[in-house]
Amino acid sequence: MSENRVLKISILRFDPHDPEDFPHMETFEIEEADGMTLFVALNEIREHHDNSLKFDFVCRAGICGSCSMLVNGRPTLACRTLTKKLDEHITLAPLPLFELIGDLSIYTGKWMRGLNERLETWIHDKENELQVDKLEEKMEPELADEIYELDRCVECGCCVAGCGTIQMKPDFVGAVGLNKVARYHLDPRDTRSDEEYYELIGDEDGVFGCMTLLGCEDVCPKDLPLQSKIAYLRRMMIKTALKN
Amino acid sequence: MKIIYTDVLIVGGGLAGLRVATGVRERGHDAVILTLVPPKRSHSAAAQGGMQASLANCKMGEGDNEDVHFSDTIKGSDWGADQMVARMFTHCAPKAIRELAHWGVPWSRVNRGDHTSIINAKKVTITEKDEAHGLITARDFGGTKKWRTCYTSDGTGHSMLYAMDNKAHEDNVEIHERLEAISIIHENGRCCGAIARNLMSGELVAYVAKATTIATGGYGRIYSVSTNAIICQGMGQAIALETGVATLGNMEAIQFHPTAIVPVGILTTEGCRGDGGLLLDKDGYRFMPDYEPDKKELASRDVVSRRMTEHMRKGKGVKSRYGDHLWLDITILGREHIEKNLREVKEICENFLGIDPAVDWIPVRPTQHYSMGGIRTKYTGESQTLKGLYSCGEAACWDMHGFNRLGGNSVSETVVSGMLVAEYISDFLESSDSDISIETKNVEKFLKIEQDKIDALLTKEHGEDAYKLRRRMEEIMMEKVGIFRNGDDLKEAVTELEELLKRSKNIEVFRSKSRAANPALVNAYRTQKMIKVALTVAYGALLRTESRGAHSREDFPKRDDANWLKRTIMNWENESDTMPTVSYEEIPIDSMELPPGFRGYGKDLTQHHTDTKVRQEVVDKIKSELESKGANRFEIQNELMPFLDKLPKKYRATNERFGENV
Repeated sequence: MSENRVLKISILRFDPHDPEDFPHMETFEIEEADGMTLFVALNEIREHHDNSLKFDFVCRAGICGSCSMLVNGRPTLACRTLTKKLDEHITLAPLPLFELIGDLSIYTGKWMRGLNERLETWIHDKENELQVDKLEEKMEPELADEIYELDRCVECGCCVAGCGTIQMKPDFVGAVGLNKVARYHLDPRDTRSDEEYYELIGDEDGVFGCMTLLGCEDVCPKDLPLQSKIAYLRRMMIKTALKN
Repeated sequence: MKIIYTDVLIVGGGLAGLRVATGVRERGHDAVILTLVPPKRSHSAAAQGGMQASLANCKMGEGDNEDVHFSDTIKGSDWGADQMVARMFTHCAPKAIRELAHWGVPWSRVNRGDHTSIINAKKVTITEKDEAHGLITARDFGGTKKWRTCYTSDGTGHSMLYAMDNKAHEDNVEIHERLEAISIIHENGRCCGAIARNLMSGELVAYVAKATTIATGGYGRIYSVSTNAIICQGMGQAIALETGVATLGNMEAIQFHPTAIVPVGILTTEGCRGDGGLLLDKDGYRFMPDYEPDKKELASRDVVSRRMTEHMRKGKGVKSRYGDHLWLDITILGREHIEKNLREVKEICENFLGIDPAVDWIPVRPTQHYSMGGIRTKYTGESQTLKGLYSCGEAACWDMHGFNRLGGNSVSETVVSGMLVAEYISDFLESSDSDISIETKNVEKFLKIEQDKIDALLTKEHGEDAYKLRRRMEEIMMEKVGIFRNGDDLKEAVTELEELLKRSKNIEVFRSKSRAANPALVNAYRTQKMIKVALTVAYGALLRTESRGAHSREDFPKRDDANWLKRTIMNWENESDTMPTVSYEEIPIDSMELPPGFRGYGKDLTQHHTDTKVRQEVVDKIKSELESKGANRFEIQNELMPFLDKLPKKYRATNERFGENV
């Protein structure tokens, strides 16, 4: 059997709570193991090399979206990244644009909560009162599947980190926000009108701000159809604008 | 000292916690959720398979109703469940799913006409009714008589959690993220809130509340390999236990899921087998029909996990550097089905194993998955012994699962128990009984205790390494408190865990001394708590000299109703104790709707209680009398074990059901 590689993992480190600390790279060497993911590698570093290393994992199965970071400069989910797919020298950095908690740990929760509140990402239904004892409203099976396709976003923030527009316009809702609007717009249970959606995203911080660089779609770990949804929303918003 | 006052403090932002929060908000009370991670990242999201609710919309669900769901749940529990709670649950599950549909979950729907399905390795054509088109559909799961598990393609938990969190946004629930409850404030048998640590800044904050709800999920991470998210460390159970007042129930009842991938222990959903997937051994032989000719791969989880382990012990496992495993074959389902309904499984196989499950078999073995035990509560969700402390979801022992939970009943429990407990809490808040009068100096005392503990961890010298203690604890649980258990191993486990607990009082946080975000510090105090939780599991397992559901003793293979039809209750009387104190709660047979019987797996080894025969005769008599009078199923049920009066009024009405009353 061939010898295992020794991985050199360079991590951008910084503890904003330590007044004497400053951002710097630190490299750790660990022996690669069969089936090793960055989740395994980072935990090994924490347990055996530096127990102060900060990072975020929850499900470690590519489901929850907690562990997004820059792996060799590209935003992705670390837990499902196998080290064997990477060179032996690996560079890790926190996702940009989000508030830094320390090292690779970022405060995506706050950003996403703000976005959800701003876009009111819940079903708006003032007419139908919920009656839990009654048969549910019917829905076309294909439509339910289509909604689920867009509902699959895990709010990992990769599309935000991969977005050129947001670098210049910090209030831009990003692909994550536009995808959510597309999801609710598709859902007949949400009774918001086209005009109401226009109010939410019919401006430079919304769908007209996108410069169509489409880094979002390239890096989305869930392969969401971001490009076609942004294009669709744009057409819909223009129609709504012309109508009024 | 920072004190935050609220009506209801909720620890944990998964499905159960969020549902309690929205429920109390709608009744006009304030709610604050403390959560380790953004709620949408909770472990609830990982429930791929589905939610059980007896809607009976799809063809294979025809004839389903609350009675069938109830009977499946009780049999699944090996008669360990509280039957009244299980009744309340099965009655409300259809309401909970319809509520979630209203809030945006894109449940997969019935499609009229023919579709093919794989049943017992054969292609079968199923014809769905025209009138059912567009209603919520369901898939097959283990241990259920009907197709009852509702789903959204492959991401049920994800969709439910997102809908629930969005609802919480709409309802203005306050969410305090990256705040960890580390102790419970209580005096004179009354819970008054919790001390929490901000995981970003390190600040300690006191939350004072009239009602406190623990909804922190299970404690799977006391095992070295678990399907659970890494945050499922049993901290909710631990802080309840550390009050010395609240009790934990049936901690030894641990479920092992048959199909987690090897070696990393990530789950592949029961939907794989529900949709027709097979278990194969090293020779590619389908072995389950030999053991369970009737239910085969879709026997209850505890049964399948044991049969797999037995088969591997016969030398039929596939050898690997990570130990033996078996194969899960879903290739027969076809690529189209896998890419739509089992996409999460496909992604997991690609990303973690580098295989294509439409072509390759998946290496699997039974792995720790679910905690049936937890904070012992009344049917209202309130602790039996600490007033004002509530718990629901996996964190609690409510107790609808007994000694084995059915697949699809977990996410279902989260939302059902959440909606009910929210009402009971609201009733409590609206009574004068909910007043609290704790003085701030007493609150400060609790905060000071926690501050001192943290100081000690950071300043101690020549102490113990928390990682080493924790890894040893995890190994002990894996090796000695696993799927098959025996007295000798369990005795060793308890002795060694007690030793680890003593050593854990001397933990030192090496090098990493920050008081702010500090993973080493977090690991240190959690390890101390996890060892206590592990002790309650191992000790409960040692004392229970019978086999029931997922608790399987090689030296006591019979289910012993005569002596063990009871719940294990653990409490931690004094802080200086090194072992929990145990007592038992009888499960009365004379009020059961479904008296103890045979689950129908393997040989019937049950040692029956003398009351069983008596109760069975009473039940049979009531049934036949009422049936002869033409009574309907509700009337008969009500005569056997009335439960509706226990439910909040708004949830008592009869469920509409396609094909029954619609």
